Formats: sequence, structure tokens, C-alpha cells
Amino acid sequence: MKYQPVIGLEVHVQLKTNTKIFCGCSTQFGSEPNSQTCPVCLGLPGALPVLNEKVVDYAIRAGLATPCQIAPRSVFARKNYFYPDLPKGYQISQYELPICEHGHLDIEVDGVGKRIGITRIHMEEDAGKLVHSDIPGLGSGSGVDLNRACTPLLEIVSEPDIRTADEAVAYLKKLHQIVVYLGICDGNMEEGSFRCDANVSVMPVGSDKFGTRTETKNVNSFRFVKQAIEHEIERQIEVIEEGGKIVQETRLFDPDSGTTRSMRGKEDAHDYRYFPDPDLVPLVISQDWVEATRQGMPELPEVKLARYQSELGLSLYDAEVLTATRPLAAYYEGGLAAGAQPKAAANWVMGEVTRGLNDNGLEIADCPVAPALLAELLALIDKGTISNKIAKTVFDEMWQNGGNPADIVAAKGLVQVSDTGEIEKIIDEIMAANMGQVEEFRGGKEKVFGFFVGQVMRASKGKANPGVVNDLLLAKLKG
Amino acid sequence: MRITRKEVEHVALLARLNLAEGELETFTGQMDAILAYVDKLNELDTDGIVPTSHAVPMENAFRADEVRPSIGTDNALANAPDRIEAFFRVPKVIE
Repeated sequence: MKYQPVIGLEVHVQLKTNTKIFCGCSTQFGSEPNSQTCPVCLGLPGALPVLNEKVVDYAIRAGLATPCQIAPRSVFARKNYFYPDLPKGYQISQYELPICEHGHLDIEVDGVGKRIGITRIHMEEDAGKLVHSDIPGLGSGSGVDLNRACTPLLEIVSEPDIRTADEAVAYLKKLHQIVVYLGICDGNMEEGSFRCDANVSVMPVGSDKFGTRTETKNVNSFRFVKQAIEHEIERQIEVIEEGGKIVQETRLFDPDSGTTRSMRGKEDAHDYRYFPDPDLVPLVISQDWVEATRQGMPELPEVKLARYQSELGLSLYDAEVLTATRPLAAYYEGGLAAGAQPKAAANWVMGEVTRGLNDNGLEIADCPVAPALLAELLALIDKGTISNKIAKTVFDEMWQNGGNPADIVAAKGLVQVSDTGEIEKIIDEIMAANMGQVEEFRGGKEKVFGFFVGQVMRASKGKANPGVVNDLLLAKLKG
Repeated sequence: MRITRKEVEHVALLARLNLAEGELETFTGQMDAILAYVDKLNELDTDGIVPTSHAVPMENAFRADEVRPSIGTDNALANAPDRIEAFFRVPKVIE
């Protein structure tokens, strides 16, 4: 029998706020355990949560970017369960009235487009962290660090519209790009700022009744998501083929073996008894608030991608590279704002600039050549003051020692020689010194042409205008 | 009966309460009486009334995203029955 996998994803996005969602403790990563805690996030009796307004702003941004409806009224709810990383015995989340609903994301796999529905986005607090080893003297216990407790999260839940592991990865990559572009998440998957639970089931092809699903938890890289989903699909088909039944359960992905395994022990508590949290008043969002947030949002990657092609005339490939991250696009646009031509600037940003960054292990934000100076350099090429080749020398100098391109060109005497008289003089000398090769060329061995170009360029220290050299050389060699 | 002994057992498990045999009987009876009393509310016609989530007519209480001092690791751990280094220590949790 043939099987059709059905996949839905729940993504937890850690928001890039300075403080926690319900208290003023810092959210900085990597501090001493339990040093960023207070009565609210420790769950001490009598402490009351107060909502961080920025969390709401960020949730609205996420909702607008995945075109969801923003709920005019939403409510926080308690999700009740016991676990040592959850000090209050409940997690503050949203249940019946989440802040965003009914959105979607358009993805593309192998050139085929597809729309994945987004059921809802809600705000909630993270739990603390459990440590099972690497604490001296821990013995047979577990350590609890509550620095992460109460850190703001968005949970973004997709419809079960995804059918393959590749679609799941495409959806996640797109969502990741959006939340990082929006500036609401640092996107660091290793530190858990963007993590995914995958709901997977299989059904016979042609059926419209979903099979029993399993939920694989906390898969923290795109590669692992693909592995985890593919393994889970295979495993479920195998179980069914052997006459077994899929058990609805939570599973854990093991990156070492690339497989998933059952997480027993968490099953008895799946009765969360949600109810509205009386400590937090309802959240009412006006249309003005939504509009103000929309105005403050950056251009989204999808829109940028289309604009780079239609307005700037870039190829799909170039547009994809340049819009991959917001800082890179900002750099490129900085160059355009300073007057650079779109295509030339694209080539330089994807060429010399990217190469320089890679060679030096730098991020675009740390690029030593400012976009406006790159634009000045390109203007010098445009005007014919320097050749493209010399421009690379100037660029290296700007990269190493700073300075502005016109000054460097003047100081180093790099101005391109387009004066035909001067170039002719060089050509005559070279031809006189290499009569043998001249004869070869005239005898039909046209390959020697390259030799002459090289010699002339060298004699001019690279400053001769290559176009002029080509024309003059050809004329003279043909005699 | 509005609540069964089995449901009381389930709720007790969720609340991590270890009820003795006699207590199960007592609580089942008491909870049944409470639910019967609350059932009176069902006599009211609530069609067209938005469910109440809060008793106070208030909305939108916010805090600015500004860091305030935490209470420090030692204060955080002061009431803990057990600690190790800067962590709370709890019985081993198997993942």
C-alpha cells in the first residue's frame, strides 16, 4: 500500500526582548544559573505578573507578516501541569482566544509553490532549564535553572497542510527568515531561539481521514527536522505494515542515531485544564495599534525579492542572495542610495564584499568598507577613471586601511590610462621587443594575442584601459 | 451522580494528591453536592452573553521592556529544600 504523510508544525520563537514576558528580569543568555530571577518568575506565592508591552508589539508584527487576523481581544490562560522546570505548576499561555489566527505562508519546493495555513500564533512564557549532568556533586538529582523561565515565546502553529519533509524545511526556513527580518527573534537555533515540534501521521493514499499522529519534540536544526520527519514517516509505515497501530505520543529526536524514540512518562499529564488566568487582564488591541505596528515594519523578504527583480532588474538568483538576510539587503540598498547602479552593486556585494567577509570571518554589519564608499568606487569605474581590475586593488586597500577611493586612486597613481598616444607607445615597444610573436600572430596563431595584452597591461602597471588596449593592439598587430 | 469516583481519582492524580480509600468516598460525595449546587446556574438563560473571563472590568495593563534588578541567586535559592552550586536540586528527572 502507498502512504501519504500529513505534517503540521509547532514552532516556538523566542522573542528578542530585554526582559521577560511578565517581569523585569533580564533575558540575557548564558548568565549564572538562577541569577536572573525574581518572585514572579520563581512562582513565589502572591507575586503578580505584568505583561511586557513589547511582546504584544512583536506578536502583532509576526501576525501581520504571516497575514493573520489580529484579535481585537485576547486572553491569557493557565496550562496546568507539574514538571520541575515549571515553578508555578502552570504555564501562562493563550488558549481559546489567541492574539493571531487564520494566516498562511507561501513556500516553494523544487519550483512548485504551495500555501501552508497558519492556524494561530499565541504568546506564552518559556519554562526553566533542567540539567542532568556536568554539575560537580550533583549525584543522582537534576539541577534546575530558572533564568529561562518566563522568557517570552510565540508559538506558531501550522495547519496539517505539509506533506513532505522538504516542505516542512521550506516552511521553517521561510518562517525563520521572516522572524529574523522582523527583528523579533535572533534566530539562533543552537541556543534554542527557534525550535520546532513536528506532528506527523500517515494515511493510505486517497484517504481523507488522517492517521494517528505523534509529536516529535524540540528539533533544533533544519537538517534534524528533515531527518526526524523522514524517520518518523518510515517508522509509522513500518508499524502499520506489520499490522500494528500508531500510538498517539510524544517522541524525542536523537541526533546521534537520526531516529526518534518514545518519551514515556509525559503521557499521563495531557489534561491541562486550561482556564483564563485571573492575574492578567484581557488584552485589547485597537486597529490604530495594529496600523502603527504595520507602519513600523521593515519590508518583508518576499516583497523585497519581487521588487529586486521587477524594479532593479536583477535575476532571481541575485535577488535571492541579496535578500537572504536583512543586514545584507540593507548594505546593498545603502550602496544604491549612494548612487550605485543596481547590477554593478549586486556583482560587487556578492563578489568582492562577500569574499572579503568570508575570508575574514566577518558579518556584513562589520564590513570595513561602508556601502557609500563602495558606491563611490563603482562611480570611478563608471566614469572610466579606473578599470574594474584596478578597482579591486583599490577595494583591497579600502578594506585594509580604510580611506576613500578617489584619494587612494590619486595617492597611488592608479588613474586609468585611456590616452591612445601613451598606450600606442607602449604597444610599439612591446611589439619591437617580441618580433617573433608578432610574426606568429600574423601567421595565423591568434592565441598570442593574449600574450600581448598581458605584456601591455603589465608595462602600464595595470593602468591601461583594457578596451583601448584591445582595439589598438589588434589594429597594430594586423599591421 | 454528577461526578464519579473514577473522575475524582483522575483529578487527584493530576493534582498529585494521594487520597486514602475513605477520602475518595468522602470527596466524591462532597464534590457531587457542590456540582449539584453550581448546576443551579444552568437554570439561567445565558444565550447571547459573552463568557466572562475576568471578574474585574479592566483591560491592558502593561510594563515597559526595561530591565529591573533580579533578587540574586542566593535569595532565589533561599527557600529551596536542596541546592547544588547555583541550581535548585530536584529528584532525578529522566528525559
